[in-house]
Amino acid sequence: MNTHPRRLGRRLLGAVAGFALLTAACGSDDPSSSDVIDAPSDESTDAPVATTGDTSATDDTDDDVDQRVVSLSPTHTEMMFAIGAGDQLVAVDQFSDHPAAARALPNELSAFDNNVEAIAAYEPDLVLIGGDFNGLGPQLDELGIAWWDGPAATTIDDTYRQIEELGAATGREAEADTLVASMQTQIDEIVAATPTPAEPLTIFHELDNTLFSLDSTTLFGELYGLLGLQNIADTAEGNSGGYPQLSAEFVVSADPDFIFLADTKCCGQSLETVAARDGWADMAAVQTGNVIELDDDVASRWGPRVVEFLAAVSDAVIAAS
Amino acid sequence: MAVASVGGEVAGVDSARPIALAAVRRGNLRWYLGAGAVLLVSIVIGASIGPAGPASWRVPLALIDHLPLISVDSGVTTAEWNIVWRIRMPRVILAALVGGMLSVAGASYQGVFRNPLVDPYLLGAAAGAGLGATIALTVGRGVTASWPVDPVVAAAFLASIVTVAVTYVVGASFSGSGGGARSGVTLVLAGVAVVSFVTAVQTFILQRNQDVVREVFQWILGRLSGATWADVRLIVPYVTLSAVVLMLHRRHLDVFRVGDEEAASLGVSVGRTRLVIVVAATLGTAAVVSVSGLIGFVGLIVPHAIRLMAGAGHRRLIPLSMLLGATFLILADVPGRMLSSPAETPIGVVTAFIGAPFFIFLLRTRRMT
Repeated sequence: MNTHPRRLGRRLLGAVAGFALLTAACGSDDPSSSDVIDAPSDESTDAPVATTGDTSATDDTDDDVDQRVVSLSPTHTEMMFAIGAGDQLVAVDQFSDHPAAARALPNELSAFDNNVEAIAAYEPDLVLIGGDFNGLGPQLDELGIAWWDGPAATTIDDTYRQIEELGAATGREAEADTLVASMQTQIDEIVAATPTPAEPLTIFHELDNTLFSLDSTTLFGELYGLLGLQNIADTAEGNSGGYPQLSAEFVVSADPDFIFLADTKCCGQSLETVAARDGWADMAAVQTGNVIELDDDVASRWGPRVVEFLAAVSDAVIAAS
Repeated sequence: MAVASVGGEVAGVDSARPIALAAVRRGNLRWYLGAGAVLLVSIVIGASIGPAGPASWRVPLALIDHLPLISVDSGVTTAEWNIVWRIRMPRVILAALVGGMLSVAGASYQGVFRNPLVDPYLLGAAAGAGLGATIALTVGRGVTASWPVDPVVAAAFLASIVTVAVTYVVGASFSGSGGGARSGVTLVLAGVAVVSFVTAVQTFILQRNQDVVREVFQWILGRLSGATWADVRLIVPYVTLSAVVLMLHRRHLDVFRVGDEEAASLGVSVGRTRLVIVVAATLGTAAVVSVSGLIGFVGLIVPHAIRLMAGAGHRRLIPLSMLLGATFLILADVPGRMLSSPAETPIGVVTAFIGAPFFIFLLRTRRMT
């Protein structure tokens, strides 16, 4: 690591910036491979009700499923609780902090680079991975532990599909179907309640204070589109991959109607800090107070709370009209 | 060059002094046996320590139990043995292969270019692998997930070799015919230029594909954590071939120490020999880099540490680099998996963190003359 400090430094600089962004976004990556891979060698993903974990959670409800699940992704932890499979979780990663019950679980595992032995120590029947970058899956295969990989969703349909796959893998198909249907209904209602002026309103979605943003090819970009909002990142030149870094000049001259801050937790941004930036004070969004402070997690996890995100955006549009 | 002046052996003296040679051979044997024993112990230590699995003291017993014709009651369950054999052991063996390969490639590069600051990544092996991995990750893993060989590994390997080939062609085209004194320096400079260019391309691609940043970042940091026997099987042929060729050329490396012109006057075909050594070292480096990412420090410091301890002669340095480089990386990987357990500490951080103070200690106690 010490051999080419400048070269490495430059590379790391870019990488670290992006890494910060993606950590904030809780693993938004690889839109092209949202295919979900099932463990080929183990039957317990096919047979939802695994029977091996004799020491598993001992809640005594009738529909208790005897299965030990480790989640390495905050989004999938949220999905598990939302489909009533929260009791099956025996451990989660350190970022899994929602709902409150998730915080009671052992959470020493890392979302990103785990030692497979440490995971195996929980004797799971199933491991949920939010994008497998480190060859965890093949190692779990070696130990005969089933795993499921759900990389960041790039569309709302990805989210629905992941919920249904999780339902199938955990014996909660009915609950998963109900959740998806309810999300669809709520989203339809929010869309119907949101006014869409003839001249579309424009938005800037801020992922961090170095102005990384997201465009309409991403899940959250798609949700803005549902409300008829126009994303200024879509017109940024040379953008691909969905997460362009915009220049301050570009954002200021695009002068969007709304600025949505998904960096309130990571980077402490707010209407005040945005207004204090050089050249930003006179922007329409700042003048009208349409700088909306979002919860970073709600605005980055592709789980059931995307509905909350959409509602927050809709509320802002309704309030402004 | 300070490091080249110490050494147990000097090129060209052995045939003239049979008695001294016998003594040198005995000395070598002692070194090899010692280093081999240390390596064996480190393999056992590496296999015994981990965040889960059986109690550490049981693992050596279990390993002995699995030797043919020996049966010992180790008290290790099948599940625990699976962790030791299927998860930990491939990682230990991969660490050995990567550490040994990077060290021996580093020693060879330093010898062939007569430059103590050279590492196996000099001519672009690492930068090329990084670009290849970035391209493969950008194009998308989803398309290629069913391939027999991980496309990222394949792309890294190929791009690594292509990059070094480009460096070599560029360097050779400016250094005139064959291997004059200038060609070594020209090659190094060509490497600097090609590496900068390749890195710029990689950064550009990355900048336009922010969605793969995390994966590329993980890759750049280097890791042994995802090791399986498949990874080991993948690189063994390349590492073996590379190591054999470098072992066979260790005498030539001693001749290089006196300078290109002098080597030529001693009957060594400087250009061709350098090419063979560079190709062999690159092949092995590309193979290990493509499965483990960029692990710095090992290829630079391990050979120097061995020079300080055992002398600069390549006949001893090359085999010792293999054995002790392997040992070093196995042992560095133990804190790598334990320090922030259950998370992993990047191996490159550990190698430098442990290696740098050790090397400074060596420098102080065995000041080079």
